[in-house]
Amino acid sequence: MSRAALLVLADGRFPAGGHAHSGGAEAAVRAGRITGAAELEDFCRGRLHTAGLVAASVAAAAALGCEPAGLDAAADARTPSPALRLAARRLGRQLVRAARATWPSPGLDALARDFPKGAHQPVVLGLTARAAGLGPEDAAYCAAYESVSGPATAVVRLLGLDPFEAAGVLARLAPEVDEVVGRAVAAARDAAVEGVDVLPAASAPLLEVCAEAHAAWSVRLFAS
Amino acid sequence: MHLDHSHDATGAPVPSADARRPDGRRRALRIGLGGPVGSGKTATVAALCRALREEFSLAVVTNDIYTREDAEFLLREAVLPPERIAAVETGACPHTAIRDDISANLEAVEELEEETGPLDLVLVESGGDNLTATFSRGLVDAQIFVIDVAGGDDIPRKGGPGVTTSDLLVVNKTDLAPYVGSDLARMAADAKAARGELPVVLQSLRGEGGVGEVAAWVRARLAAWTA
Repeated sequence: MSRAALLVLADGRFPAGGHAHSGGAEAAVRAGRITGAAELEDFCRGRLHTAGLVAASVAAAAALGCEPAGLDAAADARTPSPALRLAARRLGRQLVRAARATWPSPGLDALARDFPKGAHQPVVLGLTARAAGLGPEDAAYCAAYESVSGPATAVVRLLGLDPFEAAGVLARLAPEVDEVVGRAVAAARDAAVEGVDVLPAASAPLLEVCAEAHAAWSVRLFAS
Repeated sequence: MHLDHSHDATGAPVPSADARRPDGRRRALRIGLGGPVGSGKTATVAALCRALREEFSLAVVTNDIYTREDAEFLLREAVLPPERIAAVETGACPHTAIRDDISANLEAVEELEEETGPLDLVLVESGGDNLTATFSRGLVDAQIFVIDVAGGDDIPRKGGPGVTTSDLLVVNKTDLAPYVGSDLARMAADAKAARGELPVVLQSLRGEGGVGEVAAWVRARLAAWTA
């Protein structure tokens, strides 16, 4: 396993479309729920332990070799908002493109063929980790960290938040990211034996509700 | 990244700007239009659509800073049917979406081609940005950089990748030059000095020639593409 491959995949500049998504931060900023670093930290913590945990466990399960169609259905079932499902599939399709060019593999080719409209991004992320020679823990780390780094970057752009403060938020959340990854990988190992139903189903209702409202805005900076 | 994606057996989108679609047909020529805010990119796109839509099958992708503003202008002007215009959100970073991470734009281009194709030409309009914002060669085959006389007649001298390396430099709104004190001869000479043999067009969309010279340049690129 190459440690550097993990850095390539986890790099925020990896060209897979994530830069245009705020992870719900744009809606939260507009609603006045994020006005500075403290609220950003609360927002990210909530996202990490809900959507982040689910994404990390799905990614880890995909990296372990669980069947993609079953995982994709499991991700669908854990994403009530149609707008978020669409965003997850778009991001999944964009990641498949970048991943196939970066780490060509039959598994990714099959995924692109079987999901012409895109599979949920964490499913693709797990298979990408596999293709890159990485393991379930690496996949879970990418998903969990992405669940907080996306909103943090977006809020720097949306509020003009001091980027050093945003980096501080991410650093303070790091121990919790470790913990979430541990839970996600354990759940993924269970799912490999018992089936995808045992994957976590933590949900953040406000993220789902606000994603629907955000998708209907006529003027917005971020796709989600 | 020029692997042999052209014979991709899966039929899934191929990673980059390969000349052929998965089914083996030659894909549409992709031309990017970039340049500062307010220089007349959208107006140039609209004029190009009106000039070329009878001869060629066209589509447009817009990259608004605030989503859909430019797309809605094109829809309002009815330069193309709505299904031939797609808008891409850029997360407050228009240059990222056309250069560093082109995946959303590639998706938009491919979807237009799948749903309304076969197409001859896709125009990809960047959100208004700075003088360093240029298109990735993974996204477009050629790029036009649009500046205008009201933005300051020193822009060709200042240079930057858009001014110096774009395949065509358009100096727009020449009809305004007398009112804003811009020296057209100086702009043309500075552009020539910065660009060498690369072409420059001075245009006024309100003038008699309109978008004619730029449309002729696009026709020549299309002829070369399909040759």
